[in-house]
Amino acid sequence: MHGVQKIVKGPAANRFRNEDLPGYLFLAPWIAGFLLFTLGPTLASLYLSFTKFDLLSAPSFIGLDNYRFMFTSDQRFGNALRVTFIYLMFEVPLKLAFALAVAMMMDKGIRGGDVYRALFYIPSLLGGSVAIAVLWRQLFQGDGIINRALFALFGVQGPSWISNPETSIYTLVILAVWQFGSPMIIFLAGLRQISPELYEAASIDGASKSKQVWRITLPLLAPVIFFNIVLQVIEGFKAFTPAFIISGGTGGPVDSTLFYTLYLYQEAFAHFRMGYASALAWVLLVIIAVFTSISFFTSKYWVFYEDER
Amino acid sequence: MNAEALHPSRQAGAQKSAYGAVLRHALLIGASIIMLYPLLWMLASSFKPDSLIFSDMSLIPPSLNPRNYIEGWNALEVSFSRFYWNSFVIAVLAVIGNVMSCSLAAYAFARLNFRGRKLFFALMMATLMLPYHVTLIPQYVLFLNIGWVDTFLPLVVPKFMAGDAFAIFLMVQFFRSLPRELDEAARIDGCGPWRIYWMIVLPLSKPVLATAAILTFLWTWNDFFGPLIYLNDISHYTVPLALRAFVDTTGLSAWGQLFAMSSLALAPIFLFFLFFQRLIINGIAMSGLKG
Repeated sequence: MHGVQKIVKGPAANRFRNEDLPGYLFLAPWIAGFLLFTLGPTLASLYLSFTKFDLLSAPSFIGLDNYRFMFTSDQRFGNALRVTFIYLMFEVPLKLAFALAVAMMMDKGIRGGDVYRALFYIPSLLGGSVAIAVLWRQLFQGDGIINRALFALFGVQGPSWISNPETSIYTLVILAVWQFGSPMIIFLAGLRQISPELYEAASIDGASKSKQVWRITLPLLAPVIFFNIVLQVIEGFKAFTPAFIISGGTGGPVDSTLFYTLYLYQEAFAHFRMGYASALAWVLLVIIAVFTSISFFTSKYWVFYEDER
Repeated sequence: MNAEALHPSRQAGAQKSAYGAVLRHALLIGASIIMLYPLLWMLASSFKPDSLIFSDMSLIPPSLNPRNYIEGWNALEVSFSRFYWNSFVIAVLAVIGNVMSCSLAAYAFARLNFRGRKLFFALMMATLMLPYHVTLIPQYVLFLNIGWVDTFLPLVVPKFMAGDAFAIFLMVQFFRSLPRELDEAARIDGCGPWRIYWMIVLPLSKPVLATAAILTFLWTWNDFFGPLIYLNDISHYTVPLALRAFVDTTGLSAWGQLFAMSSLALAPIFLFFLFFQRLIINGIAMSGLKG
């Protein structure tokens, strides 16, 4: 019995060969990069966050002053957080709803599915680029094409969406939702994993289409939905280029598109407050970490894994 | 239930699903038109004179006049030839560095058994969650101190150090799916890890290497933040930086030229997508990070 097992496990047994030297050699570029460009800078920025540092003179230690200022008197910080959260609150659910709805429409082998998939993915591919932000700026300006269309279709004269602080953030939300293609592709991959027999069995039992969606599709897709939410929130926090281009780097009008990352950029590279910007970066890290752990913690209550993958 | 009873309901069902298909196509076509309209409109506008751009919503320009392209190409003090060359050099070096170094790391994670492998792998995956802002400032200070600011080096050298956890993850998944028996056979023939990596694993992994290469090219080509921070002199600008400079210098007076240059900036991405659609979409579907 023992011998048989050994033979069966033959190749696997070699996994326990000692390959320390080749392992570290192959990993050498990664290890060097990790120490030099990730671990080192991460620790350094933690230290810098407790200093006042303008690049010209050496950093001077000021304890918790950066954080104290941030949480007690920095109104732009509070505003940047608010803008970013409003953006996320609208962008993530809308984008994922579109992505899921379109993915479900295309799921059961629709003719030309590949073409639709490609067309819907194009905006995701181009969306982060400067060229698209430039285009967006034109679409939503006072005499832009959106207002032309509104006037032609409904006879209403729209405002200048970009330069109105009430609406400017929503042009960025629309830009993000426009890029629903990449979560859609992930949803499609997830939908393909659900076995068609489940639907067949359900329709034999007389379950309606909507009941099948609620009882089969959504529960089985929960891990993918969860994955997409975490991903989109993290990506959303990092959004930078569109707000930078559309507001001309200011985050305006009246700081209404001052994303957190844009504020951090301004503090670091326009005002050269490197210590304070490092503190902002660490707060961002904590926010993302807290959010991710909340999602992972709560996921066990609503995410149902069919099997260990 | 007998056959006659089944028949009418089945027919009704087929008819219903035909209506469903038509409805679905109508919705999907409508959605594609709305989504692609801005892009097509920009392309059409790049051929229109400025006076017509704002009054004309049509997707068909009156003529294919290349004036905006010719004037836009040389509108800044440095011509766009330079910006394309810069973007191209950075993107190609990034692709070479990223694919080489990440495949080395991925091979170690997927195939070699060394102490601390699991810990290193966990650290590697953790870097996926780390926002780049945390490392940004010390990295900038480092590059400033060694005199690399305003060169391509800060944008290229880190790519040779396997910093792209997403690409490593993609490759590890793929390498693990290759049959181990190949390694064993090669080992018996006297191959060491390097030759197994170079002569067996890499040639079999062309699809994933291509996916990583294409995605790296696209992201580097599109990257705005890195060049914005590290490149100062206009002769070092990449295409996205040049577009931003275009917006700043012409104000918003030369929309036709701006749209012409924007369309050109998107053209390489679009062409890549046309040729490598399957690889790109599979790469996104496989792990869905970024993009």
